[in-house]
Amino acid sequence: MESSISIRDLSLSFGAVKVLRNLNIEIGQGEFLVLLGSSGCGKSTLLNCIAGLLDVTDGQIFIQGKNVTWAEPSDRGIGMVFQSYALYPQMTVEGNLSFGLKNAGMAKDEIKKRVARAAEILQIEPLLKRKPAALSGGQRQRVAIGRALVRDVDVFLFDEPLSNLDAKLRADLRVEIKRLHQRLKNTMIYVTHDQVEALTLADRIAIMKGGNIQQLASPNEIYNKPANKYVADFIGSPSMNFLEGVIDISGAPQFNSDVMSFDISGYEFVDGPTGGPAWFGIRPEHIVTGELLANAPVQFDAEVELVEPMGSDTLVWAKVEGVPMHFRMDGQAEVRSGDQMRIGFDPARANIFNKETELRI
Amino acid sequence: MSSERPNGLFRNIPAKVAAIPMIITALVVFMGGSLWTMAYSLTKSKLLPKWKFVGLDQYERLWSTKRWVVSIENLFIYGVCMLIASFVIGFILAALMDQKIRFENTFRTIILYPFALSFIVTGLVWQWILNPEFGIQSIIRGLGFTSFEFDPLYNADIAIYGILIAGLWQGTGLIMVLMLAGLRGIDQEIWKAAKVDGIPTWKTYLFIVIPMMRPVFITTLVLVAASIVKVYDLIVAQTGGGPGISTEMPAKYVYDYMFGGQNLGQGFAASTMMLLAVLVVVIPWAYLEFGGKKRG
Repeated sequence: MESSISIRDLSLSFGAVKVLRNLNIEIGQGEFLVLLGSSGCGKSTLLNCIAGLLDVTDGQIFIQGKNVTWAEPSDRGIGMVFQSYALYPQMTVEGNLSFGLKNAGMAKDEIKKRVARAAEILQIEPLLKRKPAALSGGQRQRVAIGRALVRDVDVFLFDEPLSNLDAKLRADLRVEIKRLHQRLKNTMIYVTHDQVEALTLADRIAIMKGGNIQQLASPNEIYNKPANKYVADFIGSPSMNFLEGVIDISGAPQFNSDVMSFDISGYEFVDGPTGGPAWFGIRPEHIVTGELLANAPVQFDAEVELVEPMGSDTLVWAKVEGVPMHFRMDGQAEVRSGDQMRIGFDPARANIFNKETELRI
Repeated sequence: MSSERPNGLFRNIPAKVAAIPMIITALVVFMGGSLWTMAYSLTKSKLLPKWKFVGLDQYERLWSTKRWVVSIENLFIYGVCMLIASFVIGFILAALMDQKIRFENTFRTIILYPFALSFIVTGLVWQWILNPEFGIQSIIRGLGFTSFEFDPLYNADIAIYGILIAGLWQGTGLIMVLMLAGLRGIDQEIWKAAKVDGIPTWKTYLFIVIPMMRPVFITTLVLVAASIVKVYDLIVAQTGGGPGISTEMPAKYVYDYMFGGQNLGQGFAASTMMLLAVLVVVIPWAYLEFGGKKRG
């Protein structure tokens, strides 16, 4: 399959500050790629480079097989949606949708057709005669998406489009963007710092840090097999439990820390069993209690310190041999701080990283 | 807690007390003064205000005085040119300043500096610059262009434009700063969106950015319009109203008649006409801006 967007050796520096370092990404036709990272990681910068709003320092960008590294944003075949909506406040919704097309000298009935189609897809027909000031945040963002839609382009770029909305609306519009992608089957690149958005929307996620891509993989792989400790820590809420220790492979692989040691023979090493100093990571939802302990080869006694009931589940902060650990329990669980309980996990679901390189082993 | 709703008059007492001096000032000085002036413009007061009613005689005399008519014409020319030119130049300077240039602070200071000078200094400086004996004309002639002529202040037909140059030089900096503040208030993502839409820069300014800057434009308009109507010291310093009466202005007419010509009635009539002129502009505008619909 020919790739829709191809980014080759892309670098960007502002003076001595390197914002993007030698990025290489191939994005397939109709793929939904999410750029995820904390603020300042370069994800929005990368999106602006793809859109042509920033000049790159080095490297090339291809969209639909065409080298657009130095093309104007409007000639790249992209539509873009911004966090602040960036609607033109003096124009009606209809004016906002059609201004770019009118400016490109498109025939009137073609503009009308496209505006009508976009309005139908986004269900904003009743709003066409209104001005942006008379719309709610969700409606404004729909109009902003519409403005990208009428351009009839192959690639959509979203720059944190839901960050200005409240939690409920964000969830609604997230579903709508996913539906839109399924219907239009365009290539979409979506920048966010919200991992839930990333995991739910993406075909693939690129996790960025310091201008580098830490891991580019499907949500499933990112969640279950993070490539390094940063990704493991970044994805998942609450974050992963980490234990510091040494792996001993003289016999059956074993993890030894100062206070505990257990057998990890169920763990799938990347390149066969590897010894040495390491981080052992286990997700809160992979620690089990009660009847499920039957399937947990490694078990400990824990003392509950703090309980956070969240409705659907309960988050328990506990100490095992003085080491803090947190884990998820059923929402109906009756736990109080000070309780003693037995917890356990299956090392097969764990993630182990080299202490030095922080890479998965 | 009292069960009765408190009387609205006695709520927020400190705020109401604090507002009283300004309310009194507005009523007595502004309203009272204006009404008093209007009333006495119907008398034949000379050195001192005297209640000797003569009807509209003062106004008849006013409008048959050549100097007043010329003053009004000058105000019109100066006002229209000043408004248009200072807005255009000020906005263009601000737009240029907004291109992420180097030494922006330095340029901004240089352009705003004239505003810090009084009109008297500005008038004097430009009187010298435009003086044919030792100003621009003599410099250019000194370079060898002996037939070069540039002496607007000595030609009655164009002297008012010599004043305009000085007024623009002084006033444009402030407009640029206000416009620049307005431009900085525009969300950068609007620019990005316009770029992705393929809208040329000048069209983005004209159809998107300038409409968004409407409040800044209105503030600027009020400031500029006020400075135009009250222009007085610039004339006094630069030309003294000459050559002849070619650069007279209404404010100068009022001052000269009230305090120079000892003809209060005539001065009152002229200042009432000025007030009327301002109201003719302001009332329809205020009606359009605030009347009819509620703001929201």
